[in-house]
Amino acid sequence: MEEITAIIFEAINQINRQLDIDKQLVKSEAAVLYGPSGKLDSIGFVMLIVNIEQRLKKKYKKAITLTNEKAMSQKNSPFLSVRSLTLYIQKLLAEKR
Amino acid sequence: MNPNPVILITGTRKGIGRYLVDYYLKKDFQVIGCSRSESDCKHSNYWHFCADVADEKTVEKYFSEIDERFGGLDILVNNAGIASMNHMLLTPLKTLKNIYETNVFGTFLFCREAAKLMQKKKRGRIINFATVATPLDLEGEAAYASSKAAVESLTRIFAKELAPFGITVNAVGPTPIKTDLIRSVPEEKMKALLQRQAIRRYGEFKDVAHVLDFFIQKESDFVTGQVVYLGGIS
Repeated sequence: MEEITAIIFEAINQINRQLDIDKQLVKSEAAVLYGPSGKLDSIGFVMLIVNIEQRLKKKYKKAITLTNEKAMSQKNSPFLSVRSLTLYIQKLLAEKR
Repeated sequence: MNPNPVILITGTRKGIGRYLVDYYLKKDFQVIGCSRSESDCKHSNYWHFCADVADEKTVEKYFSEIDERFGGLDILVNNAGIASMNHMLLTPLKTLKNIYETNVFGTFLFCREAAKLMQKKKRGRIINFATVATPLDLEGEAAYASSKAAVESLTRIFAKELAPFGITVNAVGPTPIKTDLIRSVPEEKMKALLQRQAIRRYGEFKDVAHVLDFFIQKESDFVTGQVVYLGGIS
């Protein structure tokens, strides 16, 4: 779990380098990634997800697609916060095993 | 790491793709090729992988390898394509599925994976292959022409979606060129088709390479979402 959160934080670090200070994401488990109260626009969100997918692929040698139809239509979006995304990735990795 | 541009061309075993391999090797590019079977090119700056362009898992695997070997990708040329000519009343659905898998799904998949690599450097060039059969609405080419219409649509939409990442997406639409793709088309049909062009001759590989060079050059970073047909078709 901590390992996955660390991967998300690394991705946030990289994305933040390309964002203005007022648009940068906070590195905390409660940080909102996407949604009405989030700071990322749609392109920023795409960049973040691609970055996380590439890091997961490198780390676990598995192609993980985070934005499948199921995820996008869930009542509680897994992309709301770092914590919800961590749990979601953990579930996807378990399914791949 | 080799500083020369890295170009990936699909469908490089024969025809235009094979020509483009030699063409860009002569320009000192690092050329990556892909086809269902092995290539005869043994140049030290050429790396080939065998894949069905619509096989998602295999394609993803090779893009990871491209990232590791070359540290990214500068240019993608989606040349791989298949055609089938027949009256729609005589076209089995399986034929349509095969054509769409290679021409549409393959193009989509390679664009997606290439863009993932290119966005890291905030630059890239993607060139897809269209055809004059689409604007001409050629009879007997419903499957092929409509699949390439989809490629044109992908090209225009990807151009918008990938612009924020510094990636341009364009397409070249060749006229008939004497390759295997038109081998089975009767000569008189080809002649009638050439008559519909402003410049009435067969296309040549170098005509296609010239358009690619235009899309690839540094100064073309404001050119995206365009489909350039050859021979005066519009």
